[in-house]
Amino acid sequence: MPVTGRAALAMLAAATLAVSGATAAPAATSEPPDSLRALGAQLYAANCSSCHGIGGAGKRTPGQVSGALGIAGIGPSLHGVGALAADFYLRTGYMPLRSPFTQPRRSRVLFSEREIRALVAYVASLGTGPAVPRPDPAAGSVAAGFTLFTQDCAGCHQVAAAGGYLPDSVAPPLYDATPTQIAEAVRIGPNVMPRFSKKRLSDRDLDSVIAYVGYAGRPDDRGGWSLGHVGPVPEGLIAWFIAGVVLVGVTLTAGSRLR
Amino acid sequence: MVGRAKPQGVDVIEKPVRALDERSHTAPLALRALRYVFPDHWSFLLGEVALYAFIVLVATGTYLALFFDPSTAPVVYHGSYGPLDGAHMSQAYRSAIHLSFDVKAGLLMRQTHHWAADVFVAAIALHLMRIVFTGAFRKPRELTYYIGLTILGLALLEGYIGYSMVDDLLSGMGLAIGYGVALSIPLIGANVAALIWGGPFPGAPAFWSRMYVAHVFMLPLVIAALIGIHLFLVSSLHHTQFRGRGATEKRLRGVPAFPGQAPRSLGLMFAVFAALFLLGGLVQINPIWLWGPYHVADGTNGAQPDWYLGWLIGALRLMPGFDITVAGRTLVPNPFWGGILFPTFVFGLLFLWPSLERLISGDRRTHNLLDRPRDAPWRTAFATAVLTWLFVIFVAGSADRAYVLLGWSYQTQIEVYRVLIFVLPVAAFWLARRICVELLRNEDVVRDREDAETEARAAAQLD
Amino acid sequence: MSIFQRLAGLLIWLFLRRRGPAPRRTERPDARARIVPDGQPAPRAELAVVALLCLAALSAIAFVVVYAVDSIPDQTQYLGLALGGSFAFLAAALIVTGRHLVVTEHVEREYGEPHPHAARQVAQVVEESGGRMRRGRLLAMGAGAAATALLVAVVTPIASLGPVLDVERFTRTPWRRGRRLVDDAGRPIAAADVRSSEFITAYPEHADREQMGAPVVLVRLDPATLHLPQGRAGWAPGGILAYSKICTHAGCAIALYRSPLFRPTDGKPGLVCPCHYSTFDPATGGTVVYGPAGRPLPQLPLSIDRRGHLRAAGNFSGPVGPSWWGVRNRKAST
Repeated sequence: MPVTGRAALAMLAAATLAVSGATAAPAATSEPPDSLRALGAQLYAANCSSCHGIGGAGKRTPGQVSGALGIAGIGPSLHGVGALAADFYLRTGYMPLRSPFTQPRRSRVLFSEREIRALVAYVASLGTGPAVPRPDPAAGSVAAGFTLFTQDCAGCHQVAAAGGYLPDSVAPPLYDATPTQIAEAVRIGPNVMPRFSKKRLSDRDLDSVIAYVGYAGRPDDRGGWSLGHVGPVPEGLIAWFIAGVVLVGVTLTAGSRLR
Repeated sequence: MVGRAKPQGVDVIEKPVRALDERSHTAPLALRALRYVFPDHWSFLLGEVALYAFIVLVATGTYLALFFDPSTAPVVYHGSYGPLDGAHMSQAYRSAIHLSFDVKAGLLMRQTHHWAADVFVAAIALHLMRIVFTGAFRKPRELTYYIGLTILGLALLEGYIGYSMVDDLLSGMGLAIGYGVALSIPLIGANVAALIWGGPFPGAPAFWSRMYVAHVFMLPLVIAALIGIHLFLVSSLHHTQFRGRGATEKRLRGVPAFPGQAPRSLGLMFAVFAALFLLGGLVQINPIWLWGPYHVADGTNGAQPDWYLGWLIGALRLMPGFDITVAGRTLVPNPFWGGILFPTFVFGLLFLWPSLERLISGDRRTHNLLDRPRDAPWRTAFATAVLTWLFVIFVAGSADRAYVLLGWSYQTQIEVYRVLIFVLPVAAFWLARRICVELLRNEDVVRDREDAETEARAAAQLD
Repeated sequence: MSIFQRLAGLLIWLFLRRRGPAPRRTERPDARARIVPDGQPAPRAELAVVALLCLAALSAIAFVVVYAVDSIPDQTQYLGLALGGSFAFLAAALIVTGRHLVVTEHVEREYGEPHPHAARQVAQVVEESGGRMRRGRLLAMGAGAAATALLVAVVTPIASLGPVLDVERFTRTPWRRGRRLVDDAGRPIAAADVRSSEFITAYPEHADREQMGAPVVLVRLDPATLHLPQGRAGWAPGGILAYSKICTHAGCAIALYRSPLFRPTDGKPGLVCPCHYSTFDPATGGTVVYGPAGRPLPQLPLSIDRRGHLRAAGNFSGPVGPSWWGVRNRKAST
């Protein structure tokens, strides 16, 4: 009897291992969605609800209670924003935001990979919204992307994606953004950026834009030292502080002095 | 005599010189040219730097003109630069891309040409500063000075037209602004713009031919002629010189052109060539393939003109927003203040400077001796104030890049600069004058002390 | 003799040496007084100059080699380095020559004097030449009239450069009632596809795009937030607004749209020009809220046709582009 019981236990253990192994196999990500959402809900409550409200309902007027630095939370509703938005804001470090009145910028990512997935799953569950996009820049064309980027993006981000200014905000340089993040930002229009729907920029167009941004990070610089691809200001500085200094130095050497 | 005598060096050279003189009577001229006297200070070579940069401009520019096609005909690009494949552009832009990518040494010549333009204007600016700070513009050299200022103004125009001809996104935006500035001339702005452009922006196709002919032929001819007259005047009046070591208003001390000065000047010439070609090969400038072609509906953030027009973009950005209207008609559109009045005022001030100084100081004598900046505290202070004023406006022109790089709020910067353009020149004036006066006073003290010591020694010897 | 003179002498001698007997000289060269003083030889400097000249030659040859050999990468950099380097070595050779190999004399020259006597004679020649003329003033007036008129005549053809007097063209745009809006690819734009926070550039169908009157920007705002000027009721169906894309300050394209995601923290929407940052408020008819522009952005009235596509319901509220004399008292024309 004891031998059979031990064998049964062993078989049960093996079976359990096999089952959990099978569910783990597709990606290293597969926690049961319920438990991921539950973790997400907890993380949300602790880190996000002060601005985004209970259950992602949003806060249009500042809360009664002020948090650190005397800041009272205020933030948009997350219903229907989908996994796309949560994935973008968390992976870039835009969120959590220190103060709701500052522009979100690329910064430290506070959450671990699992925590991010949990939060994404939770936010995605708040209404129906777009899933995390899967862009394929290799399928796009840099040339088509260049034209599209010039028309729609260069006004803020500068034609070589070096970043730019618009009133009260910075349009950041795009060299650190991953293809997924670019795709997400284009569809969301975070902070003061306009958004571009699939009717305006199809997925294929978006692939081309992302391909162009990738190129702009390492473009053809056959003319030499690129000076950051921002144009005449650094060129003028070189004319004065390199050519000017060198040539004045040569005049000092070449000129004679009466004794 | 055993065999023929070995030819002496001077006889060998004398033969062709004599042959030439018999056919042109220019030997005395050559002798005067060879022994022309240059003053001994390095700052006299700054004008030469500008001249040598001009030579590079003409040489490289001629090369570029053999390839560039000033045509606005719309084409679709299918050349060797992939990211522009299928793009709609003008033939002018395409020929510039072709020159940069498919013509050997084409990009070197284009970049050298552009660097030469930046350095040409910078050299003129430095030279002008030397002239103003040492009072070299005084009688009898006012004419030389006016011609130099004209060359500066034409150089700005020439550079602007040159980089606008390429029809890339940045320079196209700059041309649109030029059009807006032309339109802002009170009463007749639209007529002037219609004349130059051949109609409303972007203008008739002939506008491109106009830019090309102006840039390649008309303006270089005028500039070269003015440089020639400028150099003639400089040589016929002879250079000015600094005081000291026997230099007087009547007698110029210095180094003759040959053999002393010639290798130095020629060396400087080749050094300028070297600097420009090294920059042209090693430091990228105006990468038009990265900007893309210009279209009326396109714009990019961070677009700037070449450095020598930075003062104008600063002025345009600093002006508060208003048009002056009169009975429903727009008398003074906004760009007029920064685009027309401001540069006219600055050039007008520079042109009037010798007359103003004569008027204020009452000094109408001939001057061949220069002042050190400290010797004329009021002039130095005023010139410093003007330079400070211009510098703040230049900085204001790139306030948006400063925001992106350093995080200083653009709106706050503009407010601050609007105050600084009044406050800083006054402060600079006061500071410069004090420094000059203190330096002079110190020289007096040192001289008095030396005199006293000499006296004391003489007295001691007598005892 | 300096290297200068040696090289020059050698070249000249090679070209002009006689084959026959040497000509007789009437005086010996040693008898002439020196004009340029003599100096100590400087063998090290001479060698340095020769070395620099050789380097200059090698560098120039390198330029030709780089040019000729296609397979050398980074052509522009090496070409620039070779040619610039050659010039640099030559410059160094000349400067060393100037400082160490030729005598730096210090001579004196008298400054020139003005020539009042000659100036007087010039004036005299001119004045005396008019000896036979009695009606001097009349002649002068006639000459002045002829010169002025001729100058004006010669300058007149410059007017052909442009339609100098026809400023009506400045008010023309390709928009008129019923003209359909298309996007960059030429596709008509459905009103239902224009959503809030989007920024769309549109053009008139079947018209030349490369003119200031052509491009417009389309944005959609909540109709409740609109405060359009008098007479523009119905210009923004469903809150969709169209404005000229050309800034009224100096003519750049308004390529920025400030589109706040969350109004309480992100501020108001704004159309911004990247050249001098003039900012226009689309909710109030394109009024200027910041920057140097002096005139609001012209608005294009919109209508939605039976198939749901956007069409212009007329021309702009005023001429587009930078301000000029007649910009406020004229209408945009077709």
